[in-house]
Amino acid sequence: MAKTTGTVTGIVSNLVTVLANGPVAENELCYITTGGTRLMAEVIKVGGKYAQVQVFESTRGLKNGDSVEFEGKMLEITLGPGLLRGVYDGLQNDLTTMEGVFLKRGEYTDPLNRETLWDFVPIAKPGDKVIAADWLGEVKEGWLPHKIMVPFAFKGEYTVKSIVPAGSYTVDKEIAVLTNQDGEDVPVTMTQKWPVKVAVKAYKEKPRPDRIMETGVRVIDSFNPIAEGGTGFIPGPFGCGKTVLQHAIAKQGEADVIVMAACGERANEVVEIFTEFPELIDPHTGRHLMERTTIICNTSNMPVAAREASVYTAMTICEYYRAMGLRCLLLADSTSRWAQALREMSNRMEELPGADAFPVDLSAIISNFYSRAGMVILNNGQRGAVTFIGTVSPAGGNLKEPVTESTKKAARCFYALEQNRADQKRYPAVNPIDSYSKYLEYPEIKHYLDETVEEGWTERIGKAKNIVRRGREANDQINILGDDGVPMSYHETFWKSELIDFCFLQQDAFDDIDALCPIERQKFMLDLILDICDKEFNFTDFEACRNWFKNLINLLRQMNYSPWKSDSFNSYCDQISKMVEDNGN
Amino acid sequence: MATKAYQRVYTQLEAITKATVTLKAKGVSNDELAVVAGRLAQVVRTKGDLVTLQIFSGTEGIPTNAEVVFLGTPPTIKVSDQLSGRFFDAYGHPIDGGPEVEGEERQIGGPSVNPYKRRQPSQLIPTGIAGIDLNNTLVSGQKIPFFADPDQPYNQVMADVALRADVDKIILGGMGLSNDDYLFFKHSFEAAGALEKIICFVNTTEEPPVERLLIPDMALTAAEYFAADKNEKVLVLLTDMTLYADALSIVSNRMDQIPSKDSMPGSLYSDLAKIYEKAVQLPTGGSITIIAVTTLNDGDITHAIPDNTGYITEGQLFLRADSDSGKVIIDPFRSLSRLKQLVQNKKTREDHSQVMNASVRLYADAQNAKTKLENGFDLSDYDHRCLEYAKEYATRLLSIDVNIRIEEMLDTAWELFGKYFTPAETSIRQALIDKYWKK
Repeated sequence: MAKTTGTVTGIVSNLVTVLANGPVAENELCYITTGGTRLMAEVIKVGGKYAQVQVFESTRGLKNGDSVEFEGKMLEITLGPGLLRGVYDGLQNDLTTMEGVFLKRGEYTDPLNRETLWDFVPIAKPGDKVIAADWLGEVKEGWLPHKIMVPFAFKGEYTVKSIVPAGSYTVDKEIAVLTNQDGEDVPVTMTQKWPVKVAVKAYKEKPRPDRIMETGVRVIDSFNPIAEGGTGFIPGPFGCGKTVLQHAIAKQGEADVIVMAACGERANEVVEIFTEFPELIDPHTGRHLMERTTIICNTSNMPVAAREASVYTAMTICEYYRAMGLRCLLLADSTSRWAQALREMSNRMEELPGADAFPVDLSAIISNFYSRAGMVILNNGQRGAVTFIGTVSPAGGNLKEPVTESTKKAARCFYALEQNRADQKRYPAVNPIDSYSKYLEYPEIKHYLDETVEEGWTERIGKAKNIVRRGREANDQINILGDDGVPMSYHETFWKSELIDFCFLQQDAFDDIDALCPIERQKFMLDLILDICDKEFNFTDFEACRNWFKNLINLLRQMNYSPWKSDSFNSYCDQISKMVEDNGN
Repeated sequence: MATKAYQRVYTQLEAITKATVTLKAKGVSNDELAVVAGRLAQVVRTKGDLVTLQIFSGTEGIPTNAEVVFLGTPPTIKVSDQLSGRFFDAYGHPIDGGPEVEGEERQIGGPSVNPYKRRQPSQLIPTGIAGIDLNNTLVSGQKIPFFADPDQPYNQVMADVALRADVDKIILGGMGLSNDDYLFFKHSFEAAGALEKIICFVNTTEEPPVERLLIPDMALTAAEYFAADKNEKVLVLLTDMTLYADALSIVSNRMDQIPSKDSMPGSLYSDLAKIYEKAVQLPTGGSITIIAVTTLNDGDITHAIPDNTGYITEGQLFLRADSDSGKVIIDPFRSLSRLKQLVQNKKTREDHSQVMNASVRLYADAQNAKTKLENGFDLSDYDHRCLEYAKEYATRLLSIDVNIRIEEMLDTAWELFGKYFTPAETSIRQALIDKYWKK
């Protein structure tokens, strides 16, 4: 069938109206040709013969009457070996192979290197019955086993007719021929395509997550842990350390593959990632961080429409690696920019607006996206996971705004960054009281923590949280009634909470030692601190109480800065025991 | 703007609003410039035959039979070394009585730098102001605004910073600048003998507000010429971005767009980001650093303009009148330089970041003590020491009239720590205490 074509009849910024001469599908791709350049666009609304399309590039110079060609397919990306270490834009163009310093409009580059040879080892044998996402073979992508799979789009059962022997091949090599139920032969290469807005569901089941993903950040791992295959979000006003926290998670997160989607944020933050990551070592594998990282980069000055595409592109890449039985972590900074992109388009289409002029289906779009994360059991019984953490940039720092509220309904962990804590340089500025992790309520997770950290760990966390909460209340009373107006015990309660705050919740992301705190060390420190909190002390006056705790806090912080179980670490530990003995009952 | 003989002239306007006119025309391209009754205009919307033009200087007195000529290109500027030392209006026409600039004609608001081709900013920009160098260190390639109430001396501080910075070009984009402030900049630059490295694009309050929408793109296209083509270090000053955003809201309002927060257009974030993201460190050594001014309404940073700005820029410098010291200070709590860790302890002394954090934390303790005092409570010995410290810290380090080297700032901080506190109260790492503590 001939492709549908059309002509441009109206332009407002990047929203273009096209008069089409044939059938057009929602979300279908099209190319507008202007002055010899082809600009990619996506259908977002159809009315009569007119399709409204959002153009992924600047529309400068576009004219009414310019010709349009519809592609008959949705926005899709190419999946195959070589995606790791990649730096792509929101439409999966390889930014590293583009010429010149400035981005050129209409320049689309291949996401995969077609010349690289991969050492292929077959897994499937001729005669095997296979379905979508089953493993046919394997190549080594860096140190990761990269599975070559039956394309996700294949429906029904296939029989492997032939498969190439072990050897070095390019991604375009036909590595297998599959026969479908109608007896037709279908060739398979190392690559496949998938429409980004459709969730990959080629797995057996999606059970509840049952273990923790370690990040080395104490306030997350201990206080509000995120599950492997879980979802979380970090809302916070600007300057509260969202980006620093997210980068810490990216550097230290216990995952095989990290995809970072820089969605409408600062370009220099992306530069930081690809400048520093190649130098940094993954603490879990000892390999270079960049080897497990893919960056999807649609910074704030890049075309708005591609912002929305960028988060979907990133999620699809994660789903692809999940199907290989790998643990993936997706970090999107920031989902608010994506929501704003939706708002800009909705506005130009003159739709009736919802709250704060956002489109009314914002909440549905967000929860739909979060639901693509998760731990899955593959067809062969192995596990794979996509853990998703998004940041939200609430307007005016006010959490009662549509994007935060919609996300709160969808995400299971909530890491509220607080202006007040940031002002006091109490980093990470995660509010210890308001933040939560729903996973702590999961019996599976509780069991997992009992087994791997220590028996009754969740109760100990609950206890620590309660000390912080009571400390806040005591502090409120002290502020209202004055230092002399409250009993001594209030001061003690307050300073015990400060002990937890300064020595456990706060963590220096720029210190070589303190930045990464493995769960074993977290347990040691929390046990040490809780043991101190369990004791009753005798202070003559609040001044003495404050000084004593300040000295103790200082020692504990020095411990945090010392290498685990080093001489200095042990010596501080001894000093602390002595201090506590001298004062305790 | 000379018109060409073969161009078709339209003389029938279908609609006129305060900022736009609409007419029937053919073969018009998006963003193209036009001249309507002698005034410059730009295509902002086409719908079938109808073309809507935004008229930069306003539509007052434009009749329905006004002559409309399309120029076929978006706004451009001619770039060459001749730009140096010159003053221009929003259209790039000289306002200093000098000749028109000859050079390569470039479209303004061009494409962005491929993020992969950027380099990580790493060069310190010392300003002598401790509130900046010590607490919020600036780096070339950074973009950072001053957040200030209209009564703060932000333009003076900005001029100081610009003239002390070690850069090859300073490009001023003045939007809604009062004539007095325009002359202030001109005289400061002249007095410093720095005119040959200055380029100014100025829209004063006497000129139509919509014109100022062209200023940042003009200034930044010139900046890109010097940074990318000439490998120079360029500092761009943009004042006042709040007035720029106000002009955006005027245009969007006239085009019947649904406003979002604070009656600003829904695209405010993208509009501002397009400007600020031009700040860049290029691989060839050239760089563009942007220092801007966003005026606030009574310190309110939750308003859409400062709020969106804060999410785009790499920090902000918050000016505040301090009652303890009687000086204007750079507020250490609300100010932030996101790139500071790229140079602190690396291009500066090893104790920099710890001294900065400790001094700000102790200053925060002083604020708590102050609250206690205001509520009528007795102060502890520690509270008293904090208050004394805060006063001296504000006077000797936070005040904007400080002009010293970074080592002196650090030494001053250590001196204050030693004077008012014990080493444990500062929570600084022991190795640094051993080396720098002053008895």
